[in-house]
Amino acid sequence: MFGRLTLGAFVHDPITEITIIATMLLALVGVIFLFKFKLIGWLWKNWFTSLDPKKIGVMYLCVAALMLLRGLADALLIRAQQATSVGASHGIVNADTFQQIFSSHGTMMIFFVAMGALFGIINMILPMQVGSRDVAFPLLNSISFWLFFGGVALINMSIIVGSFSNAGWLAYPPLSELAFNPGVGVDYWIWSLEIAGIGSLLTGINFIVTILKMRAPGMTLMKMPIFVWSVLCSMSLVTFAFPILTATLTMLALDRTIGTHFFTAGFGGDAMMYINLIWAWGHPEVYILILPAFGVFSEIVPVFSGKRLFGYKSMVVALVAITILSFTVWLHHFFTMGAGADVNAFFGIMTMIISIPTGVKVFNWLFTMYRGRIRLTTPMMWFLGFIVTFTIGGVAGVLMAVPAIDFEVHNSLFLVAHFHTMIIGGVVFGIFAGFTYWFPKFTGFTLNERLGRYAFWLWITGFCLAFIPLYILGLLGATRRLDHYVDAGWQGFFVIAAIGAVIICAGVGMQMLQIVVSIVQRKQNLVIDGDPWNGRTLEWSTVAPPPEYNYAIVPEVTERDEFWVMKKKGLQKKTNIVYEAIDVPKNSSFGIFIAVFASLFAFAVIWHIVWLVIVALIITILIIIFMLTRDREDDTISAKEVEEIELAAEKNRLYA
Amino acid sequence: MSQTPETQQAKAAFIASKVGLGFWIYLMTDLVLFASLFATFAVLRNNTFGGPGGPQIFNLPYVLVETIILLTSSFTAGLVTISVSRANKRLALVFLAITFVLGLSFVAMELSEFSHLIHDGNSWTRSGFLTAFFTLVGTHGLHISIGLLWMLVMGYRIFKKGLTVNTIRQVTLLSMFWHFLDIVWIFIFSIVYMIGVL
Repeated sequence: MFGRLTLGAFVHDPITEITIIATMLLALVGVIFLFKFKLIGWLWKNWFTSLDPKKIGVMYLCVAALMLLRGLADALLIRAQQATSVGASHGIVNADTFQQIFSSHGTMMIFFVAMGALFGIINMILPMQVGSRDVAFPLLNSISFWLFFGGVALINMSIIVGSFSNAGWLAYPPLSELAFNPGVGVDYWIWSLEIAGIGSLLTGINFIVTILKMRAPGMTLMKMPIFVWSVLCSMSLVTFAFPILTATLTMLALDRTIGTHFFTAGFGGDAMMYINLIWAWGHPEVYILILPAFGVFSEIVPVFSGKRLFGYKSMVVALVAITILSFTVWLHHFFTMGAGADVNAFFGIMTMIISIPTGVKVFNWLFTMYRGRIRLTTPMMWFLGFIVTFTIGGVAGVLMAVPAIDFEVHNSLFLVAHFHTMIIGGVVFGIFAGFTYWFPKFTGFTLNERLGRYAFWLWITGFCLAFIPLYILGLLGATRRLDHYVDAGWQGFFVIAAIGAVIICAGVGMQMLQIVVSIVQRKQNLVIDGDPWNGRTLEWSTVAPPPEYNYAIVPEVTERDEFWVMKKKGLQKKTNIVYEAIDVPKNSSFGIFIAVFASLFAFAVIWHIVWLVIVALIITILIIIFMLTRDREDDTISAKEVEEIELAAEKNRLYA
Repeated sequence: MSQTPETQQAKAAFIASKVGLGFWIYLMTDLVLFASLFATFAVLRNNTFGGPGGPQIFNLPYVLVETIILLTSSFTAGLVTISVSRANKRLALVFLAITFVLGLSFVAMELSEFSHLIHDGNSWTRSGFLTAFFTLVGTHGLHISIGLLWMLVMGYRIFKKGLTVNTIRQVTLLSMFWHFLDIVWIFIFSIVYMIGVL
């Protein structure tokens, strides 16, 4: 009846059990609160079923923030274990739990924090930057978000019902094969990523079409804001890389579920094929994450330097070059495979070549700042932190691109330090910079600058303390994922790293405080005209927060920094504007239902509940057919309503 | 509010151009999916692990018949598009039905091939080669089956609603999907079967 799902799946060790019960109680209180104050209906109507990309973006950010806390808790546990587990002492958790913790940390941070936050920012900013009222396929966008959420729900459920994967964040076979990992952990991992991955793929298609088809009149490709270019490149990578992930995960799932032999140790399977396939997705994936972060910085630096971006064209060429080259370097993740000198030399050289366009970007940002009138605001501080850490991490990366050196540091903490430098210094700082920069656009008030600066200094200090020791440890020979080591000489470095992790946590705490304080003191930081930073791109031309339709009158673009040019010419108060009625897509709950049944399908597959697999699949298909065959529905905001909204906003602008 | 026919037409054309581009990109992503499976097949094709290889299990004339059926269905799918563009609802439905029957026979023949293999003890659990074979060909078959389901829904909608802006747009997408699967099949026929029997 329930496949391999038995009551035993709910039994864990006492510590986990207590955590689960506490979490459930907290969730229960939350749900009661929502119903008691009738908030659930409000959430459903205004948020969950909304097709407004700005709201979907906020939901992405909320989920990503929650998962950041989880990933951070995992990080603290890893650091605590490694700081204490030396010699006779075996630390705070056992080896199996430790494996689950580091698998969880990597999976959460890459798939649900970094991807989620970037999709959030892209959803909020991109349609406005291209001067559009919406994305190309609003309903598809909502489906993408809910599939992402389905993935989040599944992977978190694995802790409560069953266990988390203990095969690392990329689940290399043969360890992740049934023979060595008979539990449900790896299945949860596979299906959670399958569902979230399909969501990402759909998002990729959606944004490419949005950029190519929905730009404001006059905005030619070379007049697009650079962030839009970075998203176009990143989303092209999504559409070409994520199918590989889907195929690879499906193969692993088939191996585990119906007994195929793709990656098994016997029967002619080939485990190295998995490693090749997963990195053929995985390397583009890191550029999927970093390119939008590059885009964010390319928006911030010109604004806070008071200059136009240096070398716009070379920036675009660099982005496109990185996009193409990112598919030619995957083998550098496993030079030790033994592919031979020629193959390793090719991938080593390609890896060095890809650092050239990245270097071009670094110089462009620096030249943008050169002789600019720099305002050292929080977004700009995140940028400066980024440029230093990212360059150091990049140099470490080029070092490892030499196969002979890579053989020495392969799978060591040197590598762990390298990619954390790139992802924290690059992606995470980029997300924070973008969040601080665009926050006032969507709330109408800026974030507290002082607390933002404190948060930055805590982060950068903690970051250095946490990862510089790892570079040294890696060179000393410490491999990654050690739950125990004997050399007492390493312990000091691990303790410093642990202190660094705690300081990073303090930084996150400071950011939470910053948001709360900023909301409480919002009156002091109101953004009156919607343009707090003296911005250059179109999104700053609307009021803050922008109306659902973004632009009452679709702007006509003549220049690259269009809004800057408009301001230079002098903003003319347009009188006698004739407003037109605007169609906005009606709320829809299809996304939620598709995600619920797709996740149910995945859950049934994980636990081998055959009847539920069939039922959930049929219901999902029926919902999709029903969705595709119904007639399109739009709400229309009449011209009169648009005029009222615009006049009210105008009034606020004048009297606030 | 009242919309003039011109703005309505412009709106429909804009939606069609967005959906068309989106669908093209989707097809390209599907192509990458198949490319991964082809690459996997290329790696595993000699890993027979003592089991049968291509020459022992492939029946080329049988697969040739499958191929001809699928190519013919692509031709009739083209005729559906032509009938739709001439606003001939009845002819469109007739050709759609023929395409459906041809597609169904293709799937039936493939399933029969699969069941024979499994019956002889040569299922996907036998070796890496058979794993890759079943997955690649089966994924194509699954796509064809989705196409068949789409045809059923499409036929019902054309029958009920006639050739509206929406149904015409979806017929175009369906035929793109069908031709795409045809191209993938050509590669399967050449790479899996024809090279396989050598």
